[in-house]
Formats: sequence, C-alpha cells, structure tokens
Amino acid sequence: MTALSIDNLSLKLGGTQVLDDISLHVAEGEFVSILGPSGCGKSSLFRVLTGGVAADRGEVRVDPAARIGAGSAFAFMPQRDALMPWRRIIDNITLGLEVQGISRADARALAEPMLPEFGLAGFDRHYPHELSGGMRQRAALLRTILQGRPIQLLDEPFGALDALTRAGMQRWLERRFHAAGWTTILVTHDVREAVALSDRIYVFSPRPARVVREIRVDAPRPRLGRPMSDASRRIEEQLLDILLEQRTA
Amino acid sequence: MHSRYRPPRGGALLRGTPALLSVLCALLIWEAYVRVSGISPLLLPAPSQVLRQIWSSREMLWANTVPTIRATLLGFALSVSVAFILSVLLDFIPRLRRALFPVFIISQTLPLVAIAPLMVLWFGFDLTPKILLVALVTFFPMLIALADGYASTEPEVEELLRSMGASRMAVYRMARLPSSLPYFFAGLRISITYAVVAAIFAEYAGARSGLGIVILNAKNSFRPDLVLAAVAVSSAMTLCLYGVAALLQRLMIGHRCTGGAA
Repeated sequence: MTALSIDNLSLKLGGTQVLDDISLHVAEGEFVSILGPSGCGKSSLFRVLTGGVAADRGEVRVDPAARIGAGSAFAFMPQRDALMPWRRIIDNITLGLEVQGISRADARALAEPMLPEFGLAGFDRHYPHELSGGMRQRAALLRTILQGRPIQLLDEPFGALDALTRAGMQRWLERRFHAAGWTTILVTHDVREAVALSDRIYVFSPRPARVVREIRVDAPRPRLGRPMSDASRRIEEQLLDILLEQRTA
Repeated sequence: MHSRYRPPRGGALLRGTPALLSVLCALLIWEAYVRVSGISPLLLPAPSQVLRQIWSSREMLWANTVPTIRATLLGFALSVSVAFILSVLLDFIPRLRRALFPVFIISQTLPLVAIAPLMVLWFGFDLTPKILLVALVTFFPMLIALADGYASTEPEVEELLRSMGASRMAVYRMARLPSSLPYFFAGLRISITYAVVAAIFAEYAGARSGLGIVILNAKNSFRPDLVLAAVAVSSAMTLCLYGVAALLQRLMIGHRCTGGAA
C-alpha cells in the first residue's frame, strides 16, 4: 500500500529553482533513501512535507488510512540532533508529545518502555551534554518515532557523527527500523549508507533537484556487520557512477 | 559543544583567592604609600583611615545606603520588566522592532550629566527621577541581551518544533525563551552594576538622602575620607547585587554547561 506519493512537485526559493518536477512514492513499511549531492535540495523536500515552505506546483498525497487524527503525517529529524540543552533527555524525547498536548506523565509513560531499545535506559534524567554523540542521535531518533506519525523523515541523521559512531548507528538503525517496519524516508549523500539501509533509492541531480534514477536494492539483509554482498557492491558502483556523471554533466 | 565538567564543590573560595589577594595587595601598597610619603589625609587618606571612617559613620552611611538600594532595585525591576515585555512584543512584531529600536538607541546617546538634573527638575527630589534614571540606563542593555538571546535560538530546534505542529507562541515558549536565558543573565549581571552607578548619579543631581548625597556633601566639605567611605560602601553593595545575579544564574541555568557566560 502506498503511504505517500509526491507528484510533479516544484519549488522555488528566492528566485532559484530548488525542486524541479519531483515525483516519488513510498510504500507502507518501506525504507526509501533520497541520495544526492550536498546542497541539491533534498532537505527542501522535507521542508515542503513538514509544512515549512509551500510548493509552487505539484501534489503531496498521504494515504488517509495511515493518518492518525488531524496532525501531520510526518515526524522529522533534523541534521543535527537539535536536542534542547536545558531539557533532560526524557523531556527532549517527549517534546513532540508535549506539543501535541499530551500530559507530561502520559508522555513519559509512552517513552519509558522504549528507552532500552534505543540504548538510553538509565540516561533519561541526564542532560544532552552528558551523553555521547551516538546516544544523542538515538535520543533524537526516539523523539522522532515517539510522535507516532506514519512516516519518518530523517535528514542526514548521522552526518555530524565520527566514522566509528556512525558505523555503529547504521548497524543499529538497520536492525531496529526493519524489525519495526517504520515507513521512513532518509536523506543522505552517503552512497554506502543509502545502499545498506534502503529498500529503494531515488537519486537526485544537483540543484535544481530532479529524480534522475530510481533503484531497488534487493541485496540480502542484514547488510551491515558482515562481508558486503555482490549485489550491494554492484549497486554502490552504479550509484557512484550516476552521481559522478551528474557532476561533470 | 563537548561536555564540560563543573569544578569540585568548595572551589569557588579557592578560585576567588587570587582576586582577594590582588585587592589586598593594592590596598597595602596604597596604605604604605600614604604612610611613607606623609601625604596629607585631606588629599589622600589611607585605607585604614577610610575603614575607621566607615565604622564611625556607620549609622549615617547605612541610613543613606537604604534609599540608594531602594532606587537601584525599583529602577532595575522596572527596567527588566519593561525590557522583557517589549522584547516579547518586538519578537512577535518585526515591524514594531524596526520602528522602536532606533528610538531606544537614541535613548542611550543622551548624556547622563544632562538628563539627571532634568529628571530632578521634572519629577522632584523623591524616588521617581532615580527610578527613571536607573531604568533609562539599564533598559537598553537588558533589551539587547534578550533580543540577542532570542536570535541565538538554533534554527534546527525551531524547524523541529514547527514540524511537530507547534504554534508561534509554543516556539517562543519552548525554544526562544529558554535559549535567551544565558544572554539574559549576562545582561543582568552587567546591568545591575550600571544600575547602582545610575542611582548614585541621580542622587548626586538632587536628592534628600542616599550615597550620592553623602558623596556630594563630603566632597563639598573637603572630606575625601568620607567620599571614599561612601565609595567603598557602594562598591560592596554593587558586588553583593552582582553576586545575587550570578547566584540566580547558577540556580536557573547552571546545569546547562553549554556555551554562554559561565
């Protein structure tokens, strides 16, 4: 079942064309990546979806069955963790619920059973600066999931992490998100990350962003934590070729 | 943005020791100079003499410190309240900000020497002109601190809140206001010291009592020891108020440990 379909979406910001006739779809439970060079307008697509900017043309349709209540269909995780330094981890995690008007006690009751899975058990009373980069990122992910929205939007969630922490987080995310079947769109410029995590990948061109290719990743899972399969390797090569071609074109 | 650790408890006294020592040193050099050079106490009294003067005039000094504290605190409270209310209005209405900010900047260009006597002329010798002068001097630094504080809000945090469906008011309450607190307290600590100076200046321009009047009278009767006694009292008072502001900061945002003034 299609959870989200975007048809012929165009966006201009300050006179520059940012998104040019973008069409894509995401099935329920699917993990889709948007892969493109830095600054190509991937994040702008998320801003359209979360209502930050209005598109000039095109349509965004969310499966009505997937919508809960009147709220947005999307839970958004920005590039940096955006944890509030003045809030304890538990209060950062429940931020979305608080905005939705859920009482603090109810929000905590929802969050607490999720803490162990996200490796945050025992850290809920800490402040963000007391946590490692990986833990902060998992807290930001839990804050996203906990909003209970049908579709998760992750904007380069591991961009600010060191290489080792990032590798650990990618393994964790692959296991966790596929076990849970959360419908997810991941924006990234990291080819390996996109191949390891995604069911499907849309390749965006440099600005103005167009969809230049759609690739289904059929490599066996888990893809991380063991020698890379030939299928993964082949797709990585293919994607890298497309991205580099785009650059010289 | 790496985590920083708070110094161990009881460290405050230890860290204050160098400052205490340097002040003590300066006083000792001063004392030694006065004794060795035999300079007239009518020109430069020794610290020990100033100290004796404080003790012998303690009742008079205290009676005149109370009105100064009152003017300082009332004026400062007025200034912080108005600055806060205006900062919220200006934050929500950018057009108002463009209209009013130049006026506030002009208010800061007015020389106190001219304004203080005018205030006394208009509002008399009572508390009102002192409160107004303190507010005039401290209002703008507080407003700037708050406005800069709001502007320091991380764009990602605001974007996140909006994606969650937060209203403009909720974004202010949950992100902009807490982000401004380190700036607010930095402004508070600086402005409270200006506030004391402004209050004394206002008294100097015309008052029935207060440290400003003590200084004026002592100067007119060639009593530098009494002038310095009043100065010492006002310094002590300023330090206490600064300490209260710093304590408030520690209580409110001491746990954050990120960026801003420590």
